[in-house]
Amino acid sequence: MFVTTLIAGLVLGGTYALVAMGLTLQYGISRIMNLAYGETIIAASFLAYALSSSFNINPLISLVLAAPLGFVFSYLIYGLMLRPLVARSKTAMALEIDSILATFGLLFVIQGVMLLMFGGNYISYSYMNFGVDIFGASVAANRLLALVLALALGGGLYLLLTRTLWGTALRAVAVAPSSAPLVGIDANRAVRLAFALGGALAACGGVVISMYQTFTATTGVVFTMKALIVVIMGGVGNLLGALSAGLILGLVETFVATYVSPGLTLAAVYLIFLGILLWRPSGLFGKARR
Amino acid sequence: MKRIATAAGLITLVAALASAPFFLDAYGLGLMMGLAGYVTLATAWALFSGPTGYVSLATVAFVGIGAYCVAALSEVLPYPLVLLIAAGIGLAVALVVGLSTLRLSGVYFVIFTFGLAELIRQLVTFYEINVTGTLGRYIFLGITPEQIYWQLLALGIVTMLLRWWIGRSRIGLALKVIGDDEVVASHVGIDIARTKLALFAISATIMTLVGAIQAPRWTYVEPAIVFNPTVSFLTLIMALLGGATRLWGPLLGAVPLFLLFEWLSANFPNHYSILLGLLFILIVFALPKGVLSFIEQMWGKAHRTDDSGARS
Repeated sequence: MFVTTLIAGLVLGGTYALVAMGLTLQYGISRIMNLAYGETIIAASFLAYALSSSFNINPLISLVLAAPLGFVFSYLIYGLMLRPLVARSKTAMALEIDSILATFGLLFVIQGVMLLMFGGNYISYSYMNFGVDIFGASVAANRLLALVLALALGGGLYLLLTRTLWGTALRAVAVAPSSAPLVGIDANRAVRLAFALGGALAACGGVVISMYQTFTATTGVVFTMKALIVVIMGGVGNLLGALSAGLILGLVETFVATYVSPGLTLAAVYLIFLGILLWRPSGLFGKARR
Repeated sequence: MKRIATAAGLITLVAALASAPFFLDAYGLGLMMGLAGYVTLATAWALFSGPTGYVSLATVAFVGIGAYCVAALSEVLPYPLVLLIAAGIGLAVALVVGLSTLRLSGVYFVIFTFGLAELIRQLVTFYEINVTGTLGRYIFLGITPEQIYWQLLALGIVTMLLRWWIGRSRIGLALKVIGDDEVVASHVGIDIARTKLALFAISATIMTLVGAIQAPRWTYVEPAIVFNPTVSFLTLIMALLGGATRLWGPLLGAVPLFLLFEWLSANFPNHYSILLGLLFILIVFALPKGVLSFIEQMWGKAHRTDDSGARS
C-alpha cells in the first residue's frame, strides 16, 4: 500500500514537475502569465486520445508529434497575440495584466473548441494497462513509463538550458532582460523561443497525463493552477525548484487522496500554497528577488 | 442647477427601473434580474480591481458561497438572517485571501483567486458527499421574482453609491495613488495593504450578496452549477469593456454584453465559449481602457480639430 502510494505520488509529481517546467520557462523568461497553459496540456491529451482510439497509434508516437505541434502553436500564439501586447505595454505590471486578460480569453477559446470536438465527458484510453512488480507492490506499467518520460524530458531540458550556449542565452534573458541585448543576445527571439519551448513541454505533459489519467475538456484550469503553484513554490524561473516542488506536490496529493480523502486533494494543495505565500513568497529555493 | 438636474434624472431612472416589474412579462423580468445581477457584480468587481489594477478571477467563488449559504440555511433560519450570515462568510473568505496575498505582488493574488472557485467547489462537494450524503439542494422560499429583482436593484444602487462615495473620499484618493505607483503611495504614508484589503473585502461581500439574493431563482442548487467559472469571466469582461476605472463604466459594459450573451447562448449554445473568448481577446486588444475612455478620446480629438480649425 505504502510503496504503491509512494510510486503513484512520484508519477503524479513527475508530471507536475514536467508541466511546471514549461510554465516556469514561459513566466520566468517570457514574463507572460499564461492562464491558457492547462488548455495546451489537455489539447495534447486529446490528440493522444484521438490518435490512439481512431488510428491505434502508440502514445509514444503521439508524444513525438505533440511536442513540435505545441512548439509551433505557442510560437504562433506569442507572435500573433502576445507580442503586440508586449510592444504596447509600458511597464511590467501593464504587461502582466494584459497577458493575464488575453490568455484568459484564449483559455475559453481553446476550451470551447475542445468541448465542440470531443464533448464534456470524462476521457481515457487503455495503454500498457498491466501491472509491474516493484518492491512487492504492483504498479501499472503506464504510470512507470509516465514517470520515466517525465524525468527524461525534464532532465533533457535542464541539460539543454545549463549546458548549451543557447540555453545560457535564455537564462541570461531571464535574469536581466534589459542587459542581455548588450552582450549580443536577441532578447525578442529568446523570449519567443522560451514561450514556444514551454508550449512544447506542456504538450509533452499532456500526452504523458493522458497515458494514465482520465481528463475532460475543462480540466485544464486545474493543471494551470497546480503548475502555477509549483512554479511559485520552486521559485519563478528555477527549473530544479520546479522539479522538487512538483514532486512534493504530487506526493502530498497522492498521500492525502489515499489516506485522508480524494475529495480533499485540492484543499491540501491550497494549504501548501497558503503556507508558501505566508512564509516563503519567493519560493522554497528562491532567493529574495527585487 | 446642473447638479439638481442630474439628481432628478437619476431619481427618475431609479423609479422607472423599480417599476419595471409592473410592465414586463416573466421573460422580461428574468432578463432584468440577470441584468441587475451582472451590473452589480461588474460594479463591485471594478470597486476593487479598477483603481488597484489587481485582476480578481474569484467572482464566482463569492457568488457561489452566497448561493450555497441560502441553500443550506434557508430552511432553518429566517431569510434576512441568512443573507447576513452569507455576507459574513463571504467577508471572512475575502479577508483570508486578501491577508495572504495582497501584501505580495499582484500575480499571487491572480493565481490564488484563479483557483479559489475550484477549491471551494471541491470542498463543498466533499462536505455534501461525506457529511450530508446528497450533492444537490432544493431552495423553497416564498420569494417572488419581483422581490429578487428589487433586492438586486437596491444592492446595485448601493454599490454604485458606494463607488461614487469612495471615489470622492480619502480612501479613493489613496487607491488612485496605489494604482499609479505603489512606491509613491507608501512614501506619502498610505497603508497600502490595509486599503487594498478593505476594498477587496467590501467588493467580495457585495458579490456574495448577489449570489445569495439570486439563489431562490434557481430552485435547485449544485456545486457544479453555482461555481460556474463563466460568471467570473463575464463579470470581468463587462467591467473591462465599459472601463473599470470609471463610475459608469461597468454599467455601460454590462448592459450590452449581457444582452449579447443572452442572444449568443440562445442562438449559438455550442460555440458560446469560443465566441466569448474571441470577444474578450478583441476587447483587450482594441479597447484596453474601456469604451468610455475610447469615446472620450475620440470626442477630445474631434473637438481639438474643431478648435484648431476655428483658430486658423
